[in-house]
Formats: sequence, C-alpha cells, structure tokens
Amino acid sequence: MAEAIEKSVGAGPGGSDPDTDNYLTHGKGVLSWLFTLDHKRIGVMYLVAILGSFFLGGVFALALRTELWTPGQTIMTADTYNKMFTLHGAVMIFLFIIPGIPATLGNFVLPLMLGAKDVALPRLNLASFWLWLTGATVAVASIIIGAVDTGWTFYTPYSTTTTTAVTAMTLGAFILGFSSIFTGLNFIVTIHKMRPEGMTWFRMPLFLWGIYSTAIIQVLATPVLGITLLLLVAERTLGVGIFDPSLGGDPVLYQHFFWFYSHPAVYIMILPAMAIMSELISTFSGKHIFGYRFIAWSSIAIALLSFLVWGHHMFTSGQSSLTNMIFSALTFSVAIPSAVKVFNWLATMYKGSIRLAAPMLYALSFLFLFAIGGLTGLFLGSLSTDIHLHDTYFVVAHFHYVMFGGTVIAFLGGIHYWWPKMFGRMYSERWAQVSALLVFVGFNLTFFTQFVMGSHGMPRRYYNYLEKFTVYHQASTVGSYILAVGFLIMAGYLLHSLVAGEKAPANPWGAATLEWETTSPPPYYNFAHEMRAGDPYDLDAMRWDPATGGYVRKDPSSVLASSGEAG
Amino acid sequence: MAAAPDPEDGSFWMPPQISTIASNVDWLFNFILAISVFFFVLIVVVMVVFVLKYRRRAGESAEASPNHNLPLELTWTGIPVAIVIVIFFFGFKGYLDMATPPANAYEIMVEGQKWNWSFTYPNGYVDANLHVPVDRPIQLVMSSADVIHSLYVPVFRIKQDVVPGRYSKVWFEATEPGEYDLFCAEYCGTGHSDMLAHVVVHPPGEFEAWLEQASNFLETMSPVDAGRKLFQVRGCMQCHSLDGTAKTGPTLLNIFGHPVTLSDGTTVIADENYIRESILEPAAQVVAGFEPVMPTFQGRLKDAEILAIIEYLKAPEGATQEDNS
Repeated sequence: MAEAIEKSVGAGPGGSDPDTDNYLTHGKGVLSWLFTLDHKRIGVMYLVAILGSFFLGGVFALALRTELWTPGQTIMTADTYNKMFTLHGAVMIFLFIIPGIPATLGNFVLPLMLGAKDVALPRLNLASFWLWLTGATVAVASIIIGAVDTGWTFYTPYSTTTTTAVTAMTLGAFILGFSSIFTGLNFIVTIHKMRPEGMTWFRMPLFLWGIYSTAIIQVLATPVLGITLLLLVAERTLGVGIFDPSLGGDPVLYQHFFWFYSHPAVYIMILPAMAIMSELISTFSGKHIFGYRFIAWSSIAIALLSFLVWGHHMFTSGQSSLTNMIFSALTFSVAIPSAVKVFNWLATMYKGSIRLAAPMLYALSFLFLFAIGGLTGLFLGSLSTDIHLHDTYFVVAHFHYVMFGGTVIAFLGGIHYWWPKMFGRMYSERWAQVSALLVFVGFNLTFFTQFVMGSHGMPRRYYNYLEKFTVYHQASTVGSYILAVGFLIMAGYLLHSLVAGEKAPANPWGAATLEWETTSPPPYYNFAHEMRAGDPYDLDAMRWDPATGGYVRKDPSSVLASSGEAG
Repeated sequence: MAAAPDPEDGSFWMPPQISTIASNVDWLFNFILAISVFFFVLIVVVMVVFVLKYRRRAGESAEASPNHNLPLELTWTGIPVAIVIVIFFFGFKGYLDMATPPANAYEIMVEGQKWNWSFTYPNGYVDANLHVPVDRPIQLVMSSADVIHSLYVPVFRIKQDVVPGRYSKVWFEATEPGEYDLFCAEYCGTGHSDMLAHVVVHPPGEFEAWLEQASNFLETMSPVDAGRKLFQVRGCMQCHSLDGTAKTGPTLLNIFGHPVTLSDGTTVIADENYIRESILEPAAQVVAGFEPVMPTFQGRLKDAEILAIIEYLKAPEGATQEDNS
C-alpha cells in the first residue's frame, strides 16, 4: 500500500506518463474491476451498465415505434405491445435515467472536483453498484418469466390483478431504489466532509450543487417508493387489501404514494443534467458562469418544491377541486427556478468566446429542447387545459422533451466533455457533429409530432388508433429511426476513440475546476498533491499551452494546498 | 369510424369545439401557446445571436463582463412568476366551470369494464354508445367493474377517471349534433385501445324519440336480432369472437349444441342451461385454455335478454354474416 501511495505521488501533472500509470491500468483482471473501491472504476462500470440499459430500452422503443407504423397489428400483438411499452418505460426510468448521471459522471467527477481521493464511503459506493446489478437482474428476469403489462407506473388495481410478472419487476425496482439511496447518501456525506481547502459552499462547482440537490431527493423520496412497491407486492402475494377496492383498499391511494416518489424522481433525473449544463456553458463560452448564487439556490429550490407537486399527475383522478387547485398552484412554482437557470445560462454566453465543440453542441441542443419541454409543462400545470391533455401523447411528448431533450442530451454533453478525462483519448469532432445533428433532428421529428396528435386527442398507451392519426405516427416513427442512426454513429466514434483516438491533454477545454488539474486519465490516487480550490469559473486563470495541446494553469501553485503533499 | 370529425374542422392544434366549455379551454391553450412561442423564440434567437456574435476567434478571449446582476436576475425571476400566476388563475377558473354541473343536468350512468362502455339511461335502457340531446347539460355518473378507466371525449375537452369502488362525475353540454369519438384514456390492458364508443349528439327533439325506440328493442325486434344487439352492446364481442378466432375468451362460433372441453378436463354440451350459467356464473365452468376473468352479468341482464342472447347464439350463420359485413 505504502508503495502504491509513493508511486502515485510521482504521478499527476508533470509527473509520470499517464499512459502507463493510471486508474485503468492500476490492477488487472475482471475481479480488480468488480471489487474495486475506486470511484473512477465504479463510475466506468456504471457507465457501461447504464449505457447497456439505454441500448435495451432504445431497442424496445424502436419496436414500439415500428408497431405504431399502422393502426392495428403491424409486427406484434396487443399483449406484446403492452409489455413492450412497460419494459421501455421501466428500463429507461429505473435502470437508465434515475441512476444515469449521478452514478456515472457523478461517481467519476465528484471526488475529482473536490480534489479528493475518493468518495467518503467507497464500500457503500461499491455496494450501490452491486445493488444496481442485482436489481437490474431481477427486473430483467421478469421479462423472461412473462414480462409486465402494467405500464411503468404499476397503477392499481390493474397491477394487482394482472397475471404478468409484476412482483419480480417491482422487487427489481425496490432493490434499484436502495442503490439510488446509497449513491445519494454517499454524495451528501462526501460533499459535506471532503471539500478541499478554499472550497466554501458557494465556491463549489455548480455540478456539485446539482448532484447535492439530487442526492437530497434520492435519500428522502426513494424510501416512499420502496414502501409503496412493498405494499403492492404484499397485496399481490398475501391479499392484504391496501389498494384494491375488492379487498377494501383504495386504488387512488396508490397513485398518491407512487407520485410522491415519482414526481421528485423526475428532478432526480433533470437536476444532474442542469448541473452538467452549468459546467458546459461556462467552459465553452470561455466565461465565468453568470448568476452563480441564483443557479445554486434554484437547484435547492427545485429539490424542495419537487416534493409538493405530485398531485398534478392526478387532476383527472377524482381528487377534489380544492386539491387540484393547490397542486396546480404549487406546480407552477417549480417552473420558476428552471426558467431562472435558462436565463442565467444565456447570460453566461453574453460577450463570451464561444467554442462549438461537441459538448457545447449538446448544451445548445439542451437549451432548445428543454425550452420546449419546460414551456409545454405550462399547458399541463394549468387545470382546464390539462384535463384535455392528460394521458394523451401531449404528455408523452412533454415528458420526452424534458427527459430525453433535457436529461439525455445533457448526459451526452457530459460524456463528450469528460470522455477525454475518463479515457485519456479524444474522439472525432467531425463525427460528433454529424451525430449530434442527427440526434437533434431525429428527436424533434419523433416527439414534436406527438404534441400535435396528443392535443388532437390521441390517448397514450394505445396499440390501435384511429386512421386520422396515422400521418403523425409515421412521421414519429421515421424520426425514431433517424435518432437510432445518430446513436449508432456515436457509439462507433466513441468506441473507435478508445483504441485509435488522439491522446487527450490533462485539460483539453480550459475549464478551471479541479478534475482538470490531474492527468487524463487520472492516476489511481487522483492527485499527487493535496488540492486547494479557487473560483471554479475563473477561466482567466488558464492559458493555452501549445506544447501539450491543452490548457494549463497560469499559476499552478494556486491550486496546491498550503499543507503540502498528500500522503 | 363513420363520423369521426375531420381534423380539418379543428385548428392545427385542437379538434373541433363541440361543448360549451371547449372554447374556454382552447382560449387558454392559445394564450399559453402565445407565451410559450414568445419565450421559445426569445431563447433561441438570443442563443443563436450570441453564438454568432461571440464565436471564438483565434487569439481572443472573452471580454470582461459582470458575473451577476441582481436587478436583472430578480427581473427574470419576477416576470415568470407574474406570468404563471395569470396562467394558474385562468386555468383554475376554467376548471371550476368544468367541475361544477348545472343543477338541471340530465343524468346518465356509465360503467366501464374491460373493454367496453355501458351507458344506462334514466329508464334503465343500456347502450354501448353515449346518446345525448344537443344543448342540454348532461351529467355522467361513472363507476368501473374492474380496473381504472378514464372517459375522454376530445371534442368536448372532458376527461374523468372511472375508478372501481367509487362514483366519479363529469358533465358537458354538446353544442352540435353529430357523432364523435369517445376514448378510454387510462391504460386498462389488452383491449385498452379498442375501448371506444361514439357520442351521438341528437338534434333538438330527436333524443327522446330515439330513447323510446331503442328501449323497446325486446318487443320490436326478433329474439335473434335483439340478441345480436345485446351481444354487441353489452361487451360480449370484446372477448368472444364469432369468426372462430380466440380472443380473451373462447370463440362462440357454432358453439350451441356442440361439446365444450372445460379446464378440469370434463366435457359438456353447450345448451341453454350452459350458456345461461356461463353468463351468470362465469367462473363455474371455465373453458380449457382460458383464464377465469369474465365478470358476472348477474343482475345486469334481464331474463328476456339472456334468452335473446341464447337465441342469437343458436343461429350463428346469419349472425356471423352480418357481423362480418
């Protein structure tokens, strides 16, 4: 151990060659990965697993869109279709987008941004990954034992009476919930206890504010989902009457419980995306982020307000007019912090020095798509218009604009941003542009048409549909194929970069946060020195270094802790 | 799909307005749309202009500019607050009108079950489609026999979940005679997307005549015709085909007088008593290969109606031809 530490001290900026001594080469064999406590390796394993889930969910989505090419049967039966959209939703939500950014980029970047060696609780981190694997295995096993046909929301009493594998799928989601709680808890502790010298709360990179806000929701909301799913399983297997009216239960109670988690959960999905956005916009505008405190506080505001708006999923459920009124009013309140962030990002670009590198293309894409996603939320928060739009394709489109146009696009931006740091290689900028364009065009074609058919009255989760909706469905399906091509190209050039990509400098973008102070890829121990943090958005502290093809700090000693070397 | 309203009759965004509240909903929709388009264009234009104007040029770095500006940030916090308060107010006001039925509303009972709708009129007559008079407030009192459904009529802009174990209500007043689509909007399983009905809005004075005519079908029709009508209207055909294909339940093609294998391995002849029992106590004799999922029709079909259904099943050839037409 002592030897390893000594070795790592020699690594780092200006130290030994990152090609031969980095976290990827430190320890060989499958077991050195599966039982690693290194946050970077756990992040990379999460990345592989989560992108695998995204691929699976994407294949389901393409199958759905293909089925919807014509009304009635195109390639599958109604029962298969119902299982397919349930799987698409469940895999994308529980396996992909909820763990998504925090478990992958969060795990990798968060300790590096803190100048730390690891998260506060590395074993809990590994346990979180193993829980994810277990939960995912149980959930995917439900496909083999008959799949689920309830929709990802598992509404009762349908879910308690269907003969499909609801118990396995919900137990999978239950276990995945604990994985999420562990990650959140770990990040809260890490941010509280491990910030370096100089990093006060309001000198944290905004990425950390976003991840911190997310972690609060993960820890506070996820247990409610766990309890709800356990009650559901208890009702199915033991016949305890909680939700099923034929056993004396109340089906609408389930909806309250479910959305009490699942609405905050959409902020578990979007907050880390906003966190990435703040980093991308500042770095690629070559400018200090505008309105730091407003962005930081808006993340916390979103996290807290997200707990108060669940009833807006239930405006047509029969809850009282008073309840509807209160939830509608509270729902609008959560729109404000999101709007504030968008305006602050735009202001950051003002008088900037804007580089249209791949991560920035995704950031701009996010602004465009998230604007649509956010604004269409106004139609759904407003009571009289929501009654008409509820449970139609308008909601499907809104949700995908926020979650795909928002979260996934920012996630892709983040992957392109930190890819050189994670793997020490640059990808093809030209192919990245092609892919970003295809994803943007394909996405809009797929989902914008769904707004129009939704407001015309096309209900969601429909296998069959009226003739008049065919043209919208076909446009949407074509869009989904374009989207798929965009993703295939992306997979191609990213994988290609791993073997043949140009070597990445320590700091290819000129960002001022601490993760760029170490080599690409980082050594096992992250930093050769104990770090000190300055203003994370003081980009003037960096200068272009033609020798390395990257950026270096004008005064390298400014980020070294006064206490001296680590050890 | 006879009289589905042509989308051209609506706007780019919305279907035609056929209820008294529709124009109010659409007004708010368009109001929010205008605000959304304004902000969307603002955001995209600012973004594009900044990208073009402040594109990085070699050897230059960003101009110095402030990192924050409190009055400016408070302004772009305050303006959205004001806007959403206005939207909330109009949305709530419109919703109160939609949620409060006039005192003189004509009541129709609705039952949703997998996967059809039953509309029961005040005289006890049951129909699979919703027939209403024009220009008269109608209140639907709804319940579900199994899982949650949701009654949705886009041209009326109304939607209300139909929940087992409780009654939910929704009201509307149709403004144009015609035939419109009614959907189930809450996912309910295999036949969810086929759980459709028509709303038939009758011209002034014609609704009562229709109801009287329709209610007397047992007297005015032959038992076979009456049985066919019941078979279609009361949800039998959602699960039982007459062309030999198995759906959720077994096909009833040529079933009468023929042997049926049950799930316990025994065989019975499908006679009058078997059919009657299968309607009133569906779980008693389940056909091999099918789940015992059929709801009971005890108390929901009269003796004369059951008899008509039996007569209909006895005469499958004629019945099948007409059903296929």
